[in-house]
Amino acid sequence: MSASTKPHPVKKGCMASIRRMHRDGKLAPIFIFLPPALVLFTIFVIWPILNAANFSMYKWSGYGELTNFVGADNFRRLLRHSIFHQSLWNSWKLILASLFLQIPLAMAMALLIYRKTSVNTAFRLIFFAPYILAEVATGLIWSFIFDGDYGVTAQITRFFGMDQLYILADKRYAFLTIITVIVWKYFGYHMMIFIAALQSVPSDLLEAAEIDGASPWRIIWHVKLPLISHAIKLSAFFAIVGALQVFDIILPLTNGGPSNSTHSLVSYLYYFGLVQLNVGYGSAVGVCLFFLCVITAFGYKRLAIGKGAGL
Amino acid sequence: MNVRRTSLISALARAAALSLVAALVILPLLATFLGGFKTVGELRTSPFSLPVSWNFDFYGKILNDGVFWTFLGNSLVVSLSSVFLTLLCSSMAAYVFAQIKFFGSGSLQSYLLLGMMFPFATAIVPLFLQVRDIGLLDNPLGVILPQTAFSMAFAIVLFRSFFRQLPKELFEAAYVDGCGYIGFFFRFTLPLSTPILATVGTFAFVQSWNNYLLPLIILNDRARYTWPLGIMQFRGEFLVEWNMILAFVSLTIAPALVFFLITQKYIVAGLTRGSVKG
Repeated sequence: MSASTKPHPVKKGCMASIRRMHRDGKLAPIFIFLPPALVLFTIFVIWPILNAANFSMYKWSGYGELTNFVGADNFRRLLRHSIFHQSLWNSWKLILASLFLQIPLAMAMALLIYRKTSVNTAFRLIFFAPYILAEVATGLIWSFIFDGDYGVTAQITRFFGMDQLYILADKRYAFLTIITVIVWKYFGYHMMIFIAALQSVPSDLLEAAEIDGASPWRIIWHVKLPLISHAIKLSAFFAIVGALQVFDIILPLTNGGPSNSTHSLVSYLYYFGLVQLNVGYGSAVGVCLFFLCVITAFGYKRLAIGKGAGL
Repeated sequence: MNVRRTSLISALARAAALSLVAALVILPLLATFLGGFKTVGELRTSPFSLPVSWNFDFYGKILNDGVFWTFLGNSLVVSLSSVFLTLLCSSMAAYVFAQIKFFGSGSLQSYLLLGMMFPFATAIVPLFLQVRDIGLLDNPLGVILPQTAFSMAFAIVLFRSFFRQLPKELFEAAYVDGCGYIGFFFRFTLPLSTPILATVGTFAFVQSWNNYLLPLIILNDRARYTWPLGIMQFRGEFLVEWNMILAFVSLTIAPALVFFLITQKYIVAGLTRGSVKG
């Protein structure tokens, strides 16, 4: 026991502190309360992600030994696959729509109803309600609304005596419908973030600006928006991460079609990785998605902290 | 005079903007609900108006179909178990992090918080293999355990910051009276934490109740389907019978909306707690 070459005092100190923690009754909670979370997390989150990195270098169907090492082949194939390009491009379009359509809409609504009155609360609940609906249910509702025989477009085309327009099956419009549905479903969520931030803006600042004769627009631009910039950054971050993971909504609406033009990264992963059990290929897509998320997270951190330190 | 007129105009513009957006939010939901009362023919000619006659057949057919209740029951089992496990595992872990200083605490916390960085879609293929190799395919546990694992990171953050705000004197007093860390957790910390338990629980519930991708890859047996899987299968069966599909959708979103109205306080608290404080 004492034959180790480690310096004695350190070991003694370590043992002593463990003994002290035991005496204080601290060891038991550490060894009883932490393991469930750590074990579950390791088995179902960390291990699969590490595995994804490993599998992505093999060609494998998920059965038998993992032997067919192909190096970066999966990634090379991925980067050449036009449908993957399309799904990246779609994610990019979703990000742009979230930033330049959804967030402004959410901000406009937040500015209109952030004060605490009962009418405002009612509007807030209405705008936020789509957020808690299941994506699948939302997709089904909107696939009815956009159905060429039944929904909105059917009414419009019939009214003008035009040919029926199946926008969900039309390459020109299909992805626009997905953008519409996503804005519809999530703008209330961003609005709630903005409302919480706006309510924490100190009212004396706003009163001071008013007394100085600033117009409402100037107060919004020069007082309110700068003061809640952290919430805007956070909301943009959520919008980007959300856009990268869209899946459930696409399935009932277009199922990735027509001719694979409306895939998101995750639906691409699902169809070309999991459904066809291309474990290596699917893992490679997962690794790409992982890096996109990490880049977004670091970008957000730099933006949020960098600006914060400058102030 | 002029000032009053502009303020009147702006109030009207505000009301118009709010009503327009509210209508755009409500109309699809209303059309869905009403659509369940219409025949297919009527749905085709007037999808957005009130039904000519309220036909309860389609709703009735679904409610009398045992499969619908099986789906809901399965979802309920999965969601409630996920909520229970999430609350238990993450509150215990957060308690240790908030209450006890020990070597490695910081790195263990950063390790668990990695879970907030990426969506579980990144690893669905290996996750599927993992669940298969453990032998939990087609088993509710195959959904419950990963679901819990992925919602823990956020839950731990919320719990930890709440536990830190509880008065320190309380623990000192209890400790002097011979109450240990574990006893204190169950006798004092948890009962004092009902608001945060409700917030985390509501979030975990909504997440699990609405989850589609995870059950999709784990559950194959129709008898095990959660309702999002069931509804998609239903859609495949009743391709053109939109009234049946709309009735089915209405019956599943109705409880969600009621649940939302009851718990919205906690949902909003979770959102703002999680976001504004970073």
